[in-house]
Amino acid sequence: MDSGNGSEDGTPWGRGDGQGDDDDINRDWGHKDIPNDVEVLKRVWRNEKSAPEILAYESLLVERVQEQIANMEENILAAAESLDDMMLSIFEMDVNRLMFLLRAYLRVRLSKIDKFALHIMRTADLWDRLSPQEQEYASKFVDVLSKHMHDSVLGKLEKAYESMMKQAASSEENDMIVEPNLDTYVFCRSKTALGTFQLDDKGDETVDMMPNDLYILRYRPVRNLIETDRIELV
Amino acid sequence: MAGQGASEPALFTELEVEFMAEDESINIVPNVRMDTLNMICGDYGPFRPQIPVTVPLWLGIAMKKRSKCRIQPPDWMSVERLSEVLEMEREAPREFQPLPFHYVEIAKLLLDNAREDFENNYMVQSLLEDIKDVRWDKVEKGLKNLSGRTHAVKLKNISAMEVNRMRTFTVRALQSFFKHDNDDMMKQTPTDSDSQSTPSSSDRLPRRTLRPR
Repeated sequence: MDSGNGSEDGTPWGRGDGQGDDDDINRDWGHKDIPNDVEVLKRVWRNEKSAPEILAYESLLVERVQEQIANMEENILAAAESLDDMMLSIFEMDVNRLMFLLRAYLRVRLSKIDKFALHIMRTADLWDRLSPQEQEYASKFVDVLSKHMHDSVLGKLEKAYESMMKQAASSEENDMIVEPNLDTYVFCRSKTALGTFQLDDKGDETVDMMPNDLYILRYRPVRNLIETDRIELV
Repeated sequence: MAGQGASEPALFTELEVEFMAEDESINIVPNVRMDTLNMICGDYGPFRPQIPVTVPLWLGIAMKKRSKCRIQPPDWMSVERLSEVLEMEREAPREFQPLPFHYVEIAKLLLDNAREDFENNYMVQSLLEDIKDVRWDKVEKGLKNLSGRTHAVKLKNISAMEVNRMRTFTVRALQSFFKHDNDDMMKQTPTDSDSQSTPSSSDRLPRRTLRPR
């Protein structure tokens, strides 16, 4: 996400900053025209859930969302007396829905970290995709995992079979590290026409991506399109 | 054989798909007066008795549950439109008719929570069931056409629930086709003597790691 907290530059990103209630500038931004953070987070969550590998952490988005949740909760608390039952419960639903999305997003990332912790830690590019908190979690997770593996099984085996990374000392590669399968298939769509897109090295396989149509494609060739936000996963 | 682990659950639960559908717009006719709601998800209202207003589905249903509004059935949910769609679905066995991406969930939410706001709710429901069946039948027939030569599948007008339902099987099938196609390539490369070792020379070949099962 490249747009910061937009209360200064007039984008709706900063909405829910506590001034929005009677701020006419904010109201001019129709919620239909520009995706608000709820929509953005929903897309980010769907992408994360559908992609086999861990994607870059959306730190600015999460910060904005957390801020909006905190502000809204404050507003609700402050206005609780003057609001009727229904309005109160509607505001609470609005916050709860966003909190659900945020938790779902963080959770699906944690489950990927659990699954691929060793692989992520050993790959600089992937490691950089984690938030500082996630990095801390991953390190601790690997510590606990290796202690457990050592205490329960590996430590009791002969030296050649002691490694958590390799099946045996004779393995050339770290063949016990679980990696995501990037040659899996994903359901995706694009909002704009992407033209002809090449799916293999030779150019035998191409696809003509039309706006809003759904495609099932192999993940590896399209992963850059997700990073650059040109397609979304569904 | 090919897959990883036993039967995997669908990627999104039904409730998660429904959650996404709840952000779709719906028109309601309030019977109360209420100020504009400035929410994180957007501003909605003001609400005036008998004046239709567009809100997200979850909000409409929340108000409906408190008997504060009537839901205006969306155009595509009229008996007339649905009959048309059903007929077209049957006439065109190779394509899906355009319906909202979340039509299954929207219809379910509306018929569960605002049944009396539909004139012919029984008819609407039965038409929708028929449409769902005809469409699913097409999905299943389409799956039979997957093969090792399938590198991209285009699905025009398919809906969210249909995607979620077909996903696990389809992805597994395509993965297997891809894997076995590349296995063939590996056999042709003479470098590989030990079938257990991983070919690390070529980037084109998928790296194969032993996975715990």
